[in-house]
Amino acid sequence: MPPPFSWIVAIARFLYEFIVGDDWTVAAAIAIGLILSAVLNVNHIAAWWLIPVIVVVMLGISLRRASPR
Amino acid sequence: MTGLWAVLITTFLASAVEAIEMVTIVVGVGATRGWRSTLIGAASGFGVLAVVVVVLGAALSRVPIGPLRLIVGALLLTFGLQWFRKGIMRVAARGLAGIGGHDPTETAEWTESGMDWTAWFLAFKGVVLEGLEVAFIVVTFGAGANNFAGAVVGGVGAVIIVGGIGLALHQSVRRIPRSLLQLIVGVLLSTFGTFWAIEGLGIDWPGGDAAIPGLLILYVATALTYITLERNRALGLRPAA
Repeated sequence: MPPPFSWIVAIARFLYEFIVGDDWTVAAAIAIGLILSAVLNVNHIAAWWLIPVIVVVMLGISLRRASPR
Repeated sequence: MTGLWAVLITTFLASAVEAIEMVTIVVGVGATRGWRSTLIGAASGFGVLAVVVVVLGAALSRVPIGPLRLIVGALLLTFGLQWFRKGIMRVAARGLAGIGGHDPTETAEWTESGMDWTAWFLAFKGVVLEGLEVAFIVVTFGAGANNFAGAVVGGVGAVIIVGGIGLALHQSVRRIPRSLLQLIVGVLLSTFGTFWAIEGLGIDWPGGDAAIPGLLILYVATALTYITLERNRALGLRPAA
């Protein structure tokens, strides 16, 4: 691949590794959690608790999936 | 508003985690292939990182604080969770051990005069690859806390101190408990990432800034619980009901 394209691919790969990493479900759950928090807030429902709950639950799920059986 | 000490400690520790790998590579290459080309390569790498920090910092300073905190908080949270998870797995598996093992950068000794481009490239690549994540953390954390200077001081300070230890004591830098540092930084980044992302959505935290220690306690308790569960699982034990 010629240099300009290989640089773009390398930058895209770095950003994916930086933001998503090796378990995309955690990043997806955070993104969905932020959208749900915004929806709850617009409807005047307390939403500050949702992301901490998602963090604790998704960490457990991700660790369980990564553990050798 | 996040205090200066929180900014300094978080960026210092985040930078120290990657600086251990970075210094291990540079010291390993320098000791085997000679220092001149290695240090020029490392300095070139730091030059690239400085440009990244300045350009990214200037770009983020133009974004209004509300959307900025949402973007920065979400980025720090997703990245912080990766270190949080890796830190739990590594501390559960290896405790407080350093990175140890055989030096991955050991190469044939360079005896010629002039520039050793292999040493230059190894040192340059080591500094840029290990430092790029830190540059992103320093810039985004500094922007979220509205304290860019404090974040840069914390990040650069860690590289200078870990670099000094590496140059003075060579192999000792490999014994720093990197897994524990990674876990601590993961917890801190997840804490501030959660706080800023929610604040960026316009949602009020109960108690305002006092919610930060509350989040920190929750995530530390989560880390301790999962480390215990991981260790029990590795030993083939079932947690008590």
